[in-house]
Amino acid sequence: MSTILAVTECRDGKLHKTSLEVVSQAKALSEKIGAGVVALVIGSGISVESASLGEYGATKVLVADGQALENYQPDLYKSIIIEAIRQNSAEIVLAPATAIGKDIMPRVAARLEAGMVSDCTKILVQDHTIQAEHPIFAGKAFALLSVNSAVKIITLRPSVFDAIQTNPGVAAPVEKVGLPAIEIKVKTREVKKTGGNKLDVADADIIVTGGRGVRSAENFKIIEELAACLNAAVGATRAAVDSGWRPHEEQVGQTGKVVSPNLYIMCGASGSIQHWAGMSGAKCIVAVNKDPNAPIIERADYSIIGDLFEVVPALIEEIRKIRG
Amino acid sequence: MKILVLVKQVPDTEATIRISGDRKKIDEAGVKFIVNPYDEFAIEEALKLKESGAATFIVAVSLGPDRVKEALRTAVAMGVDDVLHLKTADLGMDGLATAQLLSESIKEIGFDLLLMGKEAIDDGNMQVGPMLAELLDVPCLSVVTALQVNGASVVAEREGDGCAEVLEAQLPCIITCQKGLNEPRYPSIRGVMLAKKKEIAEKIVQSANHTVSVESLSYPQARQAGMIVGEGAAAVPELVKKLREEAKVI
Repeated sequence: MSTILAVTECRDGKLHKTSLEVVSQAKALSEKIGAGVVALVIGSGISVESASLGEYGATKVLVADGQALENYQPDLYKSIIIEAIRQNSAEIVLAPATAIGKDIMPRVAARLEAGMVSDCTKILVQDHTIQAEHPIFAGKAFALLSVNSAVKIITLRPSVFDAIQTNPGVAAPVEKVGLPAIEIKVKTREVKKTGGNKLDVADADIIVTGGRGVRSAENFKIIEELAACLNAAVGATRAAVDSGWRPHEEQVGQTGKVVSPNLYIMCGASGSIQHWAGMSGAKCIVAVNKDPNAPIIERADYSIIGDLFEVVPALIEEIRKIRG
Repeated sequence: MKILVLVKQVPDTEATIRISGDRKKIDEAGVKFIVNPYDEFAIEEALKLKESGAATFIVAVSLGPDRVKEALRTAVAMGVDDVLHLKTADLGMDGLATAQLLSESIKEIGFDLLLMGKEAIDDGNMQVGPMLAELLDVPCLSVVTALQVNGASVVAEREGDGCAEVLEAQLPCIITCQKGLNEPRYPSIRGVMLAKKKEIAEKIVQSANHTVSVESLSYPQARQAGMIVGEGAAAVPELVKKLREEAKVI
């Protein structure tokens, strides 16, 4: 039986939510092609939850745990992943398309001469070949790609695939994996937390974005306030970032992040083609704009025509009312 | 220190993307092409390193059909010393094939520091930088927002998820550039004149193995037409009701 390797990701010793999405998708794929699902957990001070990946369909969990893995280290990660692929004769490798996944998986692919599809939004099995859908031009179009190499590597876009507890209560057997003794070419001097405990747009179920219409960094306070009462992340358009009102990590669009939350609220943003490319995957889009002719009004699911400085405070009040 | 900058030519971010009749590629008719925005950060960083005395020579390399010579002219106009066009008909979307093709020529050219964008905004693969590093057996620091070169050592700040990693590696190495690294300059008039006259050397290359092939391209699913809930703050209660009961998102 062939094997699908699901590479997971830990942050501060805990599994990141994309890990569950990756294992669940590996499980779904395994049913189509008849394969086992081996999950790989890499980190430092990993808690007991590794075995719980069995609930999402892992038949075995490999754990590489060590002080040297406290921060992301490309040389070690690469060796550990390649070793796991070889030991388990994995034919398909799934990993989250996070900052780490985007950096490490191409390295693994190059070493194994494996074809790779990045940031995949759908996986199909057609006549025994694996086909993966990948957004191009930041989502203005999609490419369906078939992977023909012996080992196939696919990174999954966060928040697109569901985490499904197919086997509640099942604990998967856990195997420890040793750390390789290799030369470290890239040394980590320091890791600085950015934005405190701020929710990242890539992880958020709800995003509140401000555009040019917010007019200043100071005015973004009401955007932050609305985001806070919805447990949402703050997003920004390129105009807001280029004006210096918001940091680049919040930028959504063709030269920022591509997101697919459940709810995307746009305040004072017209919905340029570049911004639309980054957020058109949102399940529900709300626009608040005083210009009834802004392109976003036609495309949003729900729009309010009006001054955001009146509408947003009213929205905050209304949401507080229902959320207590 | 010799710097090699990889430049890709891509459709303008303003461009509307149309899919060709066979659904295998995009229709380039009428599309304006630009230097990949992230590669502009790479060119600018190279120029700054030369101005500071850390670098002595900058060569820009672009892989693709004849039209990519225009992107190389932009690089000359900005100030790079030399350019090379690696001519190939169709790049496809196979990151590994692209990296393999580039690595062959790059080995011949040689470099101390290789700068490129963190991703190309057309295929959005984000694969070629780290792949090249493995094929050339050099370190790669990706998605870099700050860079310092001290002799043979490089210190860079890499953008992570909710963090910034300060990393150190030795030359030769590859850096992939992210917005925030610098502000790319506009070409000078003298640069533009120089670029017009520049003879661009070309080398014909062809990729051997493809591991990934395009089955079909498609447009995103059309969204259902939306509605205007109302005007001003008065429309807010109705909006919240719809978000709760109809869309069920809050």
